Amino acid sequence: MRKRLRYDDVVVCAPVTVPYERYSTQTAHWWAGKALRALSQATGLERDAIDGFCFASFSAGPDTAVGMIQHLGLSPRWLDHLPTGGASGVMALRRAARAVQCGDAEVVACVAADTNQLDSFRKTLANFSRFSQDAVYPYGFGGPNATFALITDNYMRQYGVTREDFGKLCVAQRQNARSNPLALQRGELTLEAYLKARPISDPVHLYDCVMPCAGAEAFLVTTAKVAERLGLQTVRVLSTIERHNAYPDDLVQWRGGWAMDVDDLWRMAGIGPQDIDTLQVYDDYPVIVAMQLEDLGFCAKGDVAQFIRRTNFGIDGDLPLNTNGGQLSAGQAGAAGGFQNMTEGLRQILRQPLGDQVPNARRSLVSGFGLVNYDRGVCTAAAILEAA
Amino acid sequence: MSLRPKPEKRDPLARKVERHVPPGQRSRAAHALAARAATGRFVLQQCADCQAVTYPPRDVCPQCWGDLVWQDQPRGATLLAETTIRATTDLYFRQLLPWRIGTVALDAGPTAIAHLSPTLAVGARAEIRLMLDKGGNAALFALAAGETPDMTDTQWREFVVPVRGSTVLVTDAGHPVGRAVVEALKAAGAASIVAGIAPPATAPAIEGVRFVSLDLTDTRSVSECLTDIAGPLDIVVNTARFVRPGQGLLDQKRALDVGVLGLLRLTQGCGPMLRGRPSAAFVDVISATALAPDAAYPAFSAAEAARLSLLHSFRHEMRGANARVISLLVGAVDDADHQSVPLPKVAPARIGKGVVEALEQGLETHCIGDTATEAMQRWSADPALFIRENSL
Amino acid sequence: MTAPTQTLAALTSGIATNGITVVDLTNTLSPDFPVIVLPSEFGQCEPFRMETVSRYDGTGPAWYWNNISMNEHTGTHFDAPAHWITGKDVPNGTVDTLPPADFIHPAVVVDISAESAADEDFILTREFLEKWEARNGPIPPRHWVLLRTDWHKRVGTLSYLNLKDDGAHSPGPDAGAMRFLVHERDCVGLGVETVGTDAGQASHFEEPLPAHAILHGNGRYGLQCLTNIDQLPTFGAVIIATPLKIQGGSGSPLRVIALVPGG
Repeated sequence: MRKRLRYDDVVVCAPVTVPYERYSTQTAHWWAGKALRALSQATGLERDAIDGFCFASFSAGPDTAVGMIQHLGLSPRWLDHLPTGGASGVMALRRAARAVQCGDAEVVACVAADTNQLDSFRKTLANFSRFSQDAVYPYGFGGPNATFALITDNYMRQYGVTREDFGKLCVAQRQNARSNPLALQRGELTLEAYLKARPISDPVHLYDCVMPCAGAEAFLVTTAKVAERLGLQTVRVLSTIERHNAYPDDLVQWRGGWAMDVDDLWRMAGIGPQDIDTLQVYDDYPVIVAMQLEDLGFCAKGDVAQFIRRTNFGIDGDLPLNTNGGQLSAGQAGAAGGFQNMTEGLRQILRQPLGDQVPNARRSLVSGFGLVNYDRGVCTAAAILEAA
Repeated sequence: MSLRPKPEKRDPLARKVERHVPPGQRSRAAHALAARAATGRFVLQQCADCQAVTYPPRDVCPQCWGDLVWQDQPRGATLLAETTIRATTDLYFRQLLPWRIGTVALDAGPTAIAHLSPTLAVGARAEIRLMLDKGGNAALFALAAGETPDMTDTQWREFVVPVRGSTVLVTDAGHPVGRAVVEALKAAGAASIVAGIAPPATAPAIEGVRFVSLDLTDTRSVSECLTDIAGPLDIVVNTARFVRPGQGLLDQKRALDVGVLGLLRLTQGCGPMLRGRPSAAFVDVISATALAPDAAYPAFSAAEAARLSLLHSFRHEMRGANARVISLLVGAVDDADHQSVPLPKVAPARIGKGVVEALEQGLETHCIGDTATEAMQRWSADPALFIRENSL
Repeated sequence: MTAPTQTLAALTSGIATNGITVVDLTNTLSPDFPVIVLPSEFGQCEPFRMETVSRYDGTGPAWYWNNISMNEHTGTHFDAPAHWITGKDVPNGTVDTLPPADFIHPAVVVDISAESAADEDFILTREFLEKWEARNGPIPPRHWVLLRTDWHKRVGTLSYLNLKDDGAHSPGPDAGAMRFLVHERDCVGLGVETVGTDAGQASHFEEPLPAHAILHGNGRYGLQCLTNIDQLPTFGAVIIATPLKIQGGSGSPLRVIALVPGG
């Protein structure tokens, strides 16, 4: 394979979060606008200084990024639209970084925004994908809960992972969320309460599920020079990977596309899992968190139960995990859920946390997982970031 | 002894339970699958070039981008994972929760999500049935290997029309076919059978069957018969037909009046009664001459073709109403109407059995006997050739 | 001699003052009123059918009407000479060409109800009629001969057509009786309560279907499916029977009334 270029002179900065709401009467356009305003306030950038725009949303329809830039008054010379949901944060970073590196754009705003009106979750589901309409929804219409229940059921059987193991992940994330004022769920969650929660789609129970909400996330990708001029603290991109529709012949999803590219991820970064200070992985369900622990190289496939049992995932633990609480506690604002891990990973190493700071954090691994087109997540991506 | 059905137990003040249909949006390829599921086949797409079997339905082979054709597939499968869904935003499934589904590895190759029989355990061998759901769309149902479907299983019952306990109307019990249908439904455990007799024909005595006057050529008679039933009606089997050879105009008119207008009178009358029943069906016993005319029976053939067309429209109308419309295709019947037709002919008793099969196996199109089966095969393969050959 | 105007005035005032009673001899025309059933190799008589066109609704907000269809020989109906092969060449033998004066004639009622009750296949013979005349007086010429069988009481039951494995069973005349009535008593026609002027089993007679053959071959008429004959006197009733003017028609459903002296 040809040697990949490093992301020299590219920096990431200004992570912003528009505080989530469980239900919103506003539109995705409004949420996107508020994200840009927050970005502008954080950086001092004027509207016309933004010459690149990368957008992700599920609820902006019928508009795409095209409708969005006209709506928001932008005139970028570089535009991208990412329909990849949970993988969109890392993918936005990858695209924006190369555009900036090559000079196609200089200041790229990466924005994800979704509203959550009373009926939007049902409507988003109903029109999600052709395979879902043909071969998933007609089977009980359990939504992602049912699909991930099947993945979880198989995973638990294959690898001896228990509900207690998943519970430890969920409880740790809730504990991390308690210092985050923007998290929608900040009440204490005990393992007992987790285990006793009502079943949603066996073996998935209430606290295995994220809470859909409205919200927006954004960050800026630019050159070190521009960031310096603006006086912004920055983060460098050590390495990234991305893979779609990996392992199509696996009968049930027991690994993600990360497993195909994980060696490349660490090789390009020049470090190993032990060098990571914060781990921000996509967490629509704890089974996917567990899968990422294996597929990103934190433990071997099949060892995850033991790994979970011996690891402290708290902010002050051995492997601080989803330090804002993750989607499981902070809420899942549609495609913004795929940006939340990115903004949190940035914040911790920029020392601008929403809640408690991971001590001495210099490197974050951010990992995305998106789009259950049929029976599994199709899009995977990961990035290793280091404080500049 | 009263032959009227026992009233259903229901709180008279409670709001009637509204029925919904499962999510209905499908791709064109999924509709093609449903069209084949209607006959009870288990087909999946296979690549014409590399032979790979694919699922969910696609428009091109994911291995080599070759063209896909529908092929019958082995029904074997293994259950890999299961879940019991206890929450949904869908109104149809919400009424039916909890609902159990699973991931099956098909012997044909792909994996699929399927509805599960309660006896099927993870790791066990399964047998796949390609069913039609209440919205008329294709759905995979995994039974335990060798299992006879349990007609009391609430999930299986959503895909079939159980005869046991139902109230049934058979339109023309004066004819041997109607009589055989009555007998078959009775044997299958129908709770209440109302059998229509067109005067001046008289009713044979069949225990437990209530005979009422019914002449499909008379709008008033149809409405009086249905008024007489009054209560819940689950299954209507229309066996009425007027079969005469030749070109006689009056015979042609009568064939159309009984077969076509009669069907219209009946469906218009009973449609609202079937609507909203938990499990309802309209079965039309229809001649295979509906597919390609038998030139010796021009009027009858034309009537049957028109009837098939009406059935499609009625099916469309009833799809949102939770009621299945079944076409039971038969060849020449071994009866007085077909004395000069050479063998093979289908026995009325076989048709009666076929009605129960179609209902309890969840079929939408069911061919009874060799003639009808062959007619459907030839028509499916090359309709123009079949019509030509059938009239040579 | 009374002037015609006085005759008609007396008639109408008689009707108005109940001196003359109008008896309706017509059965209600409905889809379930039975029609004659022929062996299956023959064309069949279509029953009465009615489809609503509108009833103060979207298809006609202020009016109600129906489309109707039926065979000419449905319900209470009139048989013209052209109905039968023997009458095919009779002049003015179709309903549109009948002399209107034939629509009004007196009637004589022959009561065979007791005999019919005792024997569903009762055959009316010349001998029976001669004995009847001996008791009641001669059958006058140019009269309708009405056979009272009380068969109208069976309307609404399967025993009206009275179909059995070997065909219909109902009373009617034989050829001898018909020749007597037509040639020796010059009857206008034969009126019956049953579905045909002939007996149910008349196709098996030595001379089959004699009522149809002899009546129509001689330009006489038939009235079938009558009711209320039991309300008529033996002599003295006047029948008004005006078939529809159907071009080339062989018969027609109609309203048959009888004018009966006395209140």
